[in-house]
Amino acid sequence: MSATHTIVNLPDQRTATIPKRNYLNNEDGLLSWLFTGDHKRIAILYLISITFFFFIGGAFAGLIRLELLTPQPDLVASDTYNKFFSMHGIVMIFLFLVPSVPATLGNFLIPIMVGAKDLAFPKVNLLSWYLYWIGGLFTMAALVLGGVDTGWTFTTPLSTHYLNTHVVTAATGVFIIGFSSIFTGLNFIVTIHRMRAPGMTWFRMPLFCWSNYAASILMVLGTPVLAITLVLVALERLVGIGVFDPTKGGDPLLFQHLFWFYSHPAVYIMILPGMGVISEVISTFSRKRVFGYTAVAFSSVAIALFGFFVWAHHMFIMGVSNYSALVFSLLTMLVAVPSAIKIFNWAFTLQKGSITFETPMLYAFGFLGLFTIGGMTGVFLGALGMDIHLTETYFIVAHFHFVMVGGMLMAFLAGIHFWWPKMTGRMYPESLSKLAAVTTFIGFNLTFLPQFILGYLGMPRRYHAYPPEFQVLNVLSTAGATVLGVGYMLPLLYLGWSLKYGAIAGNNPWQATGLEWQIQSPPLTENFIETPVVDHEAYDYEWLAHKTAQEVTTVG
Amino acid sequence: MDNAIVATHPHTHETAVAAEHEHVVLPQHRHHFETKEQQREAATFGMWLFLLTEIMFFGGLFFAYLLYRNWYHDAFVVSSNQLSIPLGAANTAILITSGFFMALGVWAAEVQKKGLLVLFLVLTTFFGVAFLGIKAVEYHEKWEKHHIPGAHFDVSQFINPQAYGLKEKPLAPDMAQKTQVFFFLYFAMTGMHAFHMILGIGLLFWLTWRANRGEFSSGYVAPIENFGLYWHFVDIVWLFLFPLLYLINRHPGY
Repeated sequence: MSATHTIVNLPDQRTATIPKRNYLNNEDGLLSWLFTGDHKRIAILYLISITFFFFIGGAFAGLIRLELLTPQPDLVASDTYNKFFSMHGIVMIFLFLVPSVPATLGNFLIPIMVGAKDLAFPKVNLLSWYLYWIGGLFTMAALVLGGVDTGWTFTTPLSTHYLNTHVVTAATGVFIIGFSSIFTGLNFIVTIHRMRAPGMTWFRMPLFCWSNYAASILMVLGTPVLAITLVLVALERLVGIGVFDPTKGGDPLLFQHLFWFYSHPAVYIMILPGMGVISEVISTFSRKRVFGYTAVAFSSVAIALFGFFVWAHHMFIMGVSNYSALVFSLLTMLVAVPSAIKIFNWAFTLQKGSITFETPMLYAFGFLGLFTIGGMTGVFLGALGMDIHLTETYFIVAHFHFVMVGGMLMAFLAGIHFWWPKMTGRMYPESLSKLAAVTTFIGFNLTFLPQFILGYLGMPRRYHAYPPEFQVLNVLSTAGATVLGVGYMLPLLYLGWSLKYGAIAGNNPWQATGLEWQIQSPPLTENFIETPVVDHEAYDYEWLAHKTAQEVTTVG
Repeated sequence: MDNAIVATHPHTHETAVAAEHEHVVLPQHRHHFETKEQQREAATFGMWLFLLTEIMFFGGLFFAYLLYRNWYHDAFVVSSNQLSIPLGAANTAILITSGFFMALGVWAAEVQKKGLLVLFLVLTTFFGVAFLGIKAVEYHEKWEKHHIPGAHFDVSQFINPQAYGLKEKPLAPDMAQKTQVFFFLYFAMTGMHAFHMILGIGLLFWLTWRANRGEFSSGYVAPIENFGLYWHFVDIVWLFLFPLLYLINRHPGY
């Protein structure tokens, strides 16, 4: 092996201790974290922050399920219940699902994966974390001041005209969080375009970079439209006249168009980075290159592009013309094609691979099952006739929880476990983590499968009481939510434990091929001492075996 | 023993750091870029992407304007007649002049003429402030004529224009109400534009201060170039707003 294509960094072998110098201990003190420009530290800041908000959103989910345990409204009154599900939605969507994978894993990994020392704009990156918190605090303020009961969609004229709650505060929060998301996306796109290491061509990039790139396009193009829509909602509430209020000549449908122009693509902002994680995990634990790498890469971009042309399927029952409903129904189903390309290619990757069921792989298998169910039911909902029967029922609730919670959250947990050794230098406890993965999967299905049936039978969403015949399924769902809650608490506990007591991970515990595994764990602040020169395809396990053999002879 | 050396790697690291310091040419060169060309390209590319988000941001407003202009054509005609073309045209000229000086500023930075750069930045700022001044005069006029949507809005002058000395076609009461939609959009769109101007003028003060210290006289011009892009973008938004709000629909043949 000639010197030109060696990645000149710490050799790939298990070390007995955590490296003395790494990004975690390079500088000390709280201020060094709060003013850091290091993308890895910002990723950790994000990880802590979004975990915090995840459990706040989760607490509201628990309260919702508790209220729905019985048909009577015996826990809370309807307006309080409305505030619960609004807060659950706003916190989970804007403060957890949208930033989760990009802001934590994306921030940590994208520069390393493309062979750069940092993201293109470190200060902007830090700014976006602060914007995330400022927005989060506005949202929390809305909650403390008395809550919002519009649902997460802020639908007009309900939000602008009829409700006397803290819509403006919450909308300001979401507006600010939106800019955090725009800046993250912008940083990723510039980094991937301009800062790839020599030899890191577009088609040598890990699929995680591709999927985050596609999600970034959506963030950059979609989020500003949400921002201006929320500005108009806030202005309309403050001035009392406007573009959405039908009594003053405005049109609530305009709000729906503008809102869903962002919010449907936002679903792909949530799921695409998760798909990137799954590609990495499946490839690593099957020890094969992802089947149809190019197709999987392009399908991310295709999902992003199609994502902008399907928004009106949220409006089939709201007075769009039959003709446009038909067109949007067709376009919606087209999105299933690139999604299916991914699923089939992952299945082919697994075929004849030497598969091992490490914890990230268990989560990834959970993702495959749940996302497939979520995606298939999405095709039901895209079909015009079915949608009219099922819209605003629990079928919808189950569908988007399968896609976003089952898909995205499983992928997030897969990714956290997969890269935990790289981020902290330590392993998590093996059997507990597998238990958590299985618990999550069982709890998830128990929670949301009954909701498909409930929705099909006609139970509407957003009601705090229901006819007694729906109780059995609701009890099952609430029981499932409890199991799911345990499944989410477990990683919090054992990952915290592993920070101090976990086994030392070494540089490349999974024998994976990405650049991030060729540097020390935890990495140095500057990632690479010398800029790497990449001379192999992504997921090239023969290259890795060759390289490892070389090192054993040189070091040994 | 090998392991310990490998783990801390003191030798390789120090040589690498030393090697890195050799090709650091400028103090403005950030450590995570390989070359200053890469840094400049990244900054420019980032700026263009940011402007793309701005287009989408204003796009929502333009979309709303187009929709309601079609629906409430008569109300929009009458309302746009209430805007002052001389003031709007003067502002257009002033803003283009400001953009012209900004372009000269970028040139001055590139040829490394510090004095000229500062002069052009000051002139850009001056015309930017002049634009906002005229905008304030216009807003004040709207206030006096009760054209600000909300509680003080006077619909009756559009229902019975003759009583107010206006040469407009009287509008039916429900169509007259729609004039508020026009003025709401007028304030939302020009207000958002003015907000961008205010931010830009703030940035201009900061850039002028830095230019005066000689920061951009050594070949490091990315901040000036990128601010120039921003300023031209704000100009271009106005070049769409002026015809849409002030010019089209005026006095059709009735």
